[in-house]
Amino acid sequence: MELFVNQVLAGISTGAIYACMALAVVMIYQAIDHLNFAQGEMAMFSTFIAYQLMQWGVPYWWTFPLTLIISFAGGIAIERALFKPLGNAPVLVHVAGFIALFAILNSVAGLTWDWTIKQFPTPFGNAPFLGSQLISTHQAGMIGITFILLILLFVFFRFTRVGLAMRAAAALPESAKLVGINVSWMIALGWGMASGIGAIAGILIAPVVFLEPNMMGGVLVYGFASAVLGGLTSPFGAVMGGFLVGVFENLVGTYIPGVGNELKLPIALALIVTVLVLKPGGLFGRAYVQRV
Amino acid sequence: MTTAHETATAAPATGKAAAAAAPSMNVARAASLITLALLLLAPLFLKNFYIFQMTQWLIYAIALLALNILTGGSGQFSLGQSAFYAVGAYTAAVMMEIMGVNYVLTLPAAGLICFVFGFLFGLPALRLSGIYLALATFALAVAMPQVLKLHFFEHWTGGVQGLVIIKPDPPEFIKTIGVKMSQDMWLYYFTLVVGIGIYIASVNLLASRSGRAMMAIRDNQIAAAAMGVDVPLYKTLAFGISAGITGVAGALGAIAVAFVAPDSYTIQLAIALFLGMVIGGVGWLPGSLAGAAFMVFVPNIAESISKGLSGAIFGVILIIIIFLVPHGARQIAYMAQHLIGKIGKSS
Repeated sequence: MELFVNQVLAGISTGAIYACMALAVVMIYQAIDHLNFAQGEMAMFSTFIAYQLMQWGVPYWWTFPLTLIISFAGGIAIERALFKPLGNAPVLVHVAGFIALFAILNSVAGLTWDWTIKQFPTPFGNAPFLGSQLISTHQAGMIGITFILLILLFVFFRFTRVGLAMRAAAALPESAKLVGINVSWMIALGWGMASGIGAIAGILIAPVVFLEPNMMGGVLVYGFASAVLGGLTSPFGAVMGGFLVGVFENLVGTYIPGVGNELKLPIALALIVTVLVLKPGGLFGRAYVQRV
Repeated sequence: MTTAHETATAAPATGKAAAAAAPSMNVARAASLITLALLLLAPLFLKNFYIFQMTQWLIYAIALLALNILTGGSGQFSLGQSAFYAVGAYTAAVMMEIMGVNYVLTLPAAGLICFVFGFLFGLPALRLSGIYLALATFALAVAMPQVLKLHFFEHWTGGVQGLVIIKPDPPEFIKTIGVKMSQDMWLYYFTLVVGIGIYIASVNLLASRSGRAMMAIRDNQIAAAAMGVDVPLYKTLAFGISAGITGVAGALGAIAVAFVAPDSYTIQLAIALFLGMVIGGVGWLPGSLAGAAFMVFVPNIAESISKGLSGAIFGVILIIIIFLVPHGARQIAYMAQHLIGKIGKSS
């Protein structure tokens, strides 16, 4: 029993990483109706910007908002420069664009900051949290920030005019235009916010997985899986999905014999696909209804 | 291009009514004949290494054809093609090296096994669409290399190390008629013949009753069902056929490279295939050649421009292409056809 509880706790602490990433994924999905494959690389790039600022001697609590602002602006710039001109091109072409962005960001980061692994500081410290060896104060802080972010997003989408306009622009662009919403800028705003949330995720994740250009490869896959499992229409679902995937993954590794690190991911994915086959909209998502 | 031009200019003289349809038909036919001639003659003037690269190109084109049937034909999206490719490759490798079967016979076997595999995978996939289907196929692609590495199969698959295959020699009759042919060149022509066969079969498939049923599902699933199309059957069938053809491509790839290992068939291959399809033009079968050319040559070009920034250069080339021609090679072909048609009319 103690092993079980420990593994669940360990799963929750890795799940916090996935939850962060999944939140960013759902954010952009809400805004543009696609999964952004370059999301992880954007987060990685933001984290490197934070690292660079710190190298230049900017104190931690200044780098945080600065990186957020830079990432927000960067997200909007990418949307304006790359994806707005693509406009009405087919969905698959947009996906090709994401892959191109992925390759560019990864390669440029590798050349600028080179491919070695770097330490990244944490503001919460790495002491055991409440006497538990499995969750450190950093991971507890990460879970806390993820939930604060979730509440802020909920409030933003539910109670502000801009949030409502963004939801309208994503759900029914044509009708949104008719009631006077600037759909094009709503999409740009979505990119900016997704990029900003990605930056927060990156800064929180970097102390755990260490900073390097490929740091997001594995995380993004789990982030996607979490977002899809929780339901792409629900930020709350995405966060829950993140924790579930983290716990899943740990329990599978512990209780199924012969499952090494390499088989964890396929098995976690297979479980997720099974859940999806039973509940195609995700656990917390809205069921998809098609109009005839 | 001169042939294309002449046939196009000759057509209007025959009559105004036929002129509208005839040039485009002739242009398309001339273009395919020229392509075929180039494909047949090119290896005679190239070094073995380049012939090998061209073989790889043809093999990817076959795999892209398969993806085009699935996505362009039935509207289902797959990031799991690398898994089917891997199954085909391992089928060929295991049959040749462990069972001692002739390499020609491994192709239908790989096709059949992958067809069954794809068909079975298509059954749960029926419940999923769009992004969810993408994730399911993605899971398949991620899992495949790990499954191939499993200790349980090691006796057959060679585990992490993979299997080395002996490259087949050209058959005896070529020597008896006095032609000297290298292994690479023989494999090239062998792949070309298989590829042309699959191409013709695919074109006919899409033009057939089954093909129309698939395209009806792509355009509007509910309407197709209302028309009496058996939606689940044709969707899984599309998965099966696509997987089968990909399996043949995988088998050819294993024979050409003479080596299989789990890490040759990662998700990167699936992503490259996806990009190839977009570059070639989704649903346009001849575009597979253009897409495959992108897959084989653009990473090399990027690498040769700058080693450190090859990823960025690859990305920039990709972005330039999708900006200039969002519909891929298909768009270029239409523009060319239009242009030739215009020249034909003005003269």
